[in-house]
Amino acid sequence: MEASRKWKFDIEKFGPLLALVVLVVISAFLSPYFLKTRNLLNILRQVSYTGIIGLGMTFVIISGGIDLSVGSMTALVGGLMIYILNFFGGGPWAIFAALVFGIAIGVGAGAANGLIITKGRVAPFIVTLGTMAIYRSLTLYISGAGEFRSQSNLFPEIGMGSFLGIPNPVWIFGILAFLGWLVLNHTRYGRYVCAVGSNEKVANYSAINVDRVRMVSYMIIGGVVAITAFLLSSRLNSISSSNAGANYELDAIAAVIIGGTAMSGGSGSILGTVIGAIILGIVNNMLNMLGISPYLQGTVKGLVIIGAVLIQRKRK
Amino acid sequence: MSPPLLKVEGLSKEFSGVRVLDKVSFELQKGEILGIIGENGAGKSTLIKIISGIYRATEGEVFFEGTPADIQDPRDAMEKGISTIPQEFNLIPDLNVFENIFLGKEYRKVGGLLDKRRMVERTDQLLSELQTSVSPTEMIQDLSVAQKQMVEFAKALAYQSKLLIMDEPTTVLTGTEIKVLFEIMEQLRNQGVGIIYISHKLKEVKTICDRVLILRDGEMITIDETDALSEHQMATLMVGRELSQVFPEKNAPSAETVMQVEDLAVPGLLEGISFSLKKGEILGFSGLVGSGRTELAEAIIGIRKKSRGKVRIHGKDVHIRSPRDAVKNKIAYLSEDRQGIGVLTNFGIVENISLVSLPNYSRFLIQHGKERKKAAYYVKEFNIRAASLKTRLEFFSGGNQQKVSLAKSLDPEPSIFIIDEPTRGIDVNAKREIYHFIHSLVQKGISCILISSEMEEIIGMSNRVVVMREGKITGILEGEQINEPEIMFHATGLKGVA
Repeated sequence: MEASRKWKFDIEKFGPLLALVVLVVISAFLSPYFLKTRNLLNILRQVSYTGIIGLGMTFVIISGGIDLSVGSMTALVGGLMIYILNFFGGGPWAIFAALVFGIAIGVGAGAANGLIITKGRVAPFIVTLGTMAIYRSLTLYISGAGEFRSQSNLFPEIGMGSFLGIPNPVWIFGILAFLGWLVLNHTRYGRYVCAVGSNEKVANYSAINVDRVRMVSYMIIGGVVAITAFLLSSRLNSISSSNAGANYELDAIAAVIIGGTAMSGGSGSILGTVIGAIILGIVNNMLNMLGISPYLQGTVKGLVIIGAVLIQRKRK
Repeated sequence: MSPPLLKVEGLSKEFSGVRVLDKVSFELQKGEILGIIGENGAGKSTLIKIISGIYRATEGEVFFEGTPADIQDPRDAMEKGISTIPQEFNLIPDLNVFENIFLGKEYRKVGGLLDKRRMVERTDQLLSELQTSVSPTEMIQDLSVAQKQMVEFAKALAYQSKLLIMDEPTTVLTGTEIKVLFEIMEQLRNQGVGIIYISHKLKEVKTICDRVLILRDGEMITIDETDALSEHQMATLMVGRELSQVFPEKNAPSAETVMQVEDLAVPGLLEGISFSLKKGEILGFSGLVGSGRTELAEAIIGIRKKSRGKVRIHGKDVHIRSPRDAVKNKIAYLSEDRQGIGVLTNFGIVENISLVSLPNYSRFLIQHGKERKKAAYYVKEFNIRAASLKTRLEFFSGGNQQKVSLAKSLDPEPSIFIIDEPTRGIDVNAKREIYHFIHSLVQKGISCILISSEMEEIIGMSNRVVVMREGKITGILEGEQINEPEIMFHATGLKGVA
């Protein structure tokens, strides 16, 4: 009796990790190339971009919100970063300026979402659906529906480069994940995010500034979107106004859900999101290796998301 | 002889290792009213939740009409003829009365369209049997708590059930409403319906129930004819020892005024509210349901916008626009609606207790050790029963949740404590604990505003009593004036400027 309960509890907490381990074992059997360091690092690098956004999405979803605008925002911020980079001449300081202004723009775009949601009392789904269209359209307008192309030779080295054999985006993902974990589990803000998502009314009566907590969660996701935009535009040395960041909202939300964070808010885990992102990456990788049509990859991704939620339901 | 309507055999239930119900067995005959009494956490709610299919028993079996009931879920229970009127309402606020009553079993016309007229007629009939003034087409969200309770009764009656379970149905009802309810219960009894009646009001149990089952710490202490037990004996059996003085001796407040409220108003709810609160005083707020007492508390702590009026604390004007401002001014509020606004049910004890006072437990990072230590202190101090500090509050009994809620409001060390119906729905012994606890607070110099609908509590505890009626203060009573008739005169508008 006692033992079975303990076991159940463990599954609840370590479910995503268990799924990851199972997936790795299966993949290793299916393909001899899977466990090669190069392939593994490649997977990690590929999942970094949406994984980083997923970290911010974890906060937003735990607080009871959602952000659909992150893909469009990636394109907008990335485009403007390249614009700034070129404006300042493409040197080290230009790159720094692009990063700083880019993060400011990202946080600003997130704040715009947060402001309408908290002050305007509009549902997050609607607001970010609207800004998803707005941010994309602005990107297309500024670029004339073309590409933002960097003139810097230095810029691509950041996104392409690696440190101690590990690609830079993976480092950034790791560091941000650690910070995210610290904030969520060990700071007042993290506690308040869970409280607001758990029951807004109780949080308000408990002297928590509910609007500010939610507002900040959208600013956090805006900030991490800017970092992803920076890494992405650096790797490609350009940003396509129509394609950049497409479906990022799907991947980021999927990582959060697969990681075990409840869509209803109130509790969740950063580590889970990291695992969720990696699971998605492995699935994509294996579909490629097994030669399955890329058109079918969306189907598999969709099934994984729905499956993860079904398992969460069953556990309850 | 026909089998008993309900037979419960060796029923036990555990939650994460804590045994909350231990081998309970009893029988209920057709046309019998069985009272179940016990302290908070004694297992009453757990027992009926098993019978009504919300929980699964860890051990034991339930027989209904002689066969194993094997109840899958509440719907299954309902189809078998077991209806429950829960403690917390199960009504959908955005639907109207008849839509709620017929939810899931709507009358249909040929072709599948809803037969609204027939449903409205039937609802009207049920409501008039209950002698309540609610209209079938009113929205649930527009009803008062007592009216919602009446709609719950109507809903249970609409099912024509064989077994009716009522979990503290009278806490929000007035005298006349209770009388009507008892008449209906007697009618049902005569029709052969079995009723399980859970209550903290021993007088009611004695009046309406044929037999009474007493639970303590999940164990069945006794089951006997109500005529064979006096109220005092019931209380003693519930608690397991002799009860001493219920109310502590009153503390003499100092002359120093802590808070002064002047001409406060909230449009449509409150008007011309002025009173003062002294250091170490218990200021009782009495009045009928809807007289604006909770609204006043909410205006003071900044949940409701004041259209006019001043609040002075220690002689200084303060502007409280949110609960944050209230906490800054050392005002705490313990709400009557603990699940709605008191505690976070998916948080553990530690995180709940430190929710308001979290700045005290964090520099840049939260000091988890300090936080846990303080929570452990409250668990001991308030005798909170929990498997561990991590157990989520949804697994706690109402009384234990209330204690956590209390610890949470007190942890920021308030100097003014507004307590709204602190003993609603809890038993004699827990009440006594709370009274003595409030007393210990005022002895430390904390000033309390005690909002309560229980006359005895107001009279037994307060240094002065403010009586409200329709959003206005009709009298502030002191000394000899604090008695039941005087309070009622002011509350009903027979005395005082209303």
